[in-house]
Amino acid sequence: MTPAISVDGLSRRYRGQLALDNVSFDIEPGTITGLLGRNGAGKTTLLRTLAGHEFASAGTVTVLGASPVENEKVLRRMVFVREDQAYPDIRVRQAVQTASWLYPEWDADLAGSLLEEFAVPPDRKVRKLSRGMRSALGIVIGLAARAEVTMFDEPYAGLDPVARQLFYDRLLADYAERPRTVLLSTHLIDEAAGLLERVIVIDRGRIVFNTGADDLRGAATMVSGPAIAVAEFTAGRSVWDRRRIASQESAVVAGALDETDRARAAALHLHLEPLTLQQMVVRTAATSVTSPQERTIA
Amino acid sequence: MAGLDEGAPLFVQIAERLADEIADGALAEGERVPSTNELAAYYRINPATAAKGISMLTDDGLLEKRRGIGMFVAAGARSRLLAERRKRFAERYVEPLVAEAGRLGINADELIALIRESSYAQKGTGA
Repeated sequence: MTPAISVDGLSRRYRGQLALDNVSFDIEPGTITGLLGRNGAGKTTLLRTLAGHEFASAGTVTVLGASPVENEKVLRRMVFVREDQAYPDIRVRQAVQTASWLYPEWDADLAGSLLEEFAVPPDRKVRKLSRGMRSALGIVIGLAARAEVTMFDEPYAGLDPVARQLFYDRLLADYAERPRTVLLSTHLIDEAAGLLERVIVIDRGRIVFNTGADDLRGAATMVSGPAIAVAEFTAGRSVWDRRRIASQESAVVAGALDETDRARAAALHLHLEPLTLQQMVVRTAATSVTSPQERTIA
Repeated sequence: MAGLDEGAPLFVQIAERLADEIADGALAEGERVPSTNELAAYYRINPATAAKGISMLTDDGLLEKRRGIGMFVAAGARSRLLAERRKRFAERYVEPLVAEAGRLGINADELIALIRESSYAQKGTGA
């Protein structure tokens, strides 16, 4: 199958700083991919380059078989919803109307029902909308465009958990009806984890993981119990992190565990807990950061 | 994700949920199981993940596809599932139980007495 998105050796340099460093990946059509990483990791630069808003300093970007840069044919088949999208001085109704002219697959009924569900008043000026409502408007346009390539960059500033859940539900429902290639960058990893089929983790401009979401979930396990038993179990394995309190220890073991490992852990009275997607990403970022107070993905 | 957070891969959890329902008889043999998209919407997961869960059960012969209609619980699925679970009962439940009892200094007779008590109590409450 021809990939929906293909990036090869992409680098992007700003005043001597490498925002993207030799990034390569393909995204199969009809998949939902999460683009994960810390602030400043390069997620937005990558998405903007895919949307043709940025130029590559080196390497190539192909979307739906062609370069997106000033390519009307490609750009009409993709939608890019940015965090804090700027709008001209128009009303919600006009913003939606304008979007309907841009995207050939536009679904006006869907747009109408989504505006209602997210409680965005159609006659209000976009500039008078709250931050959350402006995010909701972006989501409405992103979904109703029904574009073959749909990209959301942190689309939910100011949205409460109920509205975010609505976004996930509507995204899944419409995706089921009309499968398309979705690329979603997010910090709310555990919240969105179930939606994702593939995961691309990016750190300081480089790709750290590009894998199935299920593969990443099982890729490391927290082993805890009596320190002696933990030491015995982890001997000869790659351990990322150890913590100890009194005679208890917990260690994060890299690599998938098999039935034999599980039986052995049970015999040693050890507790096993697979790392969640979010924990995996935090670990990944933490291992490449020296300053301990920065070890969070906000 | 509605109630799916136990760490095992999501598709495995989906397969286990469906298998539980078949074992309970909640999903009867010959009954249609929810479609991939229905499962995806309910559990808030990617449809491809739901499809992987379904195909695990299809590979095991517990579900069968009827062209154009959907997936159905195969004939004999429940009895095969129960037989399989009985086989694994000792390893999954009895062995850990005995191990923990040993750790607590509960001997075999005491353990048997505890099981009897618990079993009467559950019958008493209609459980």
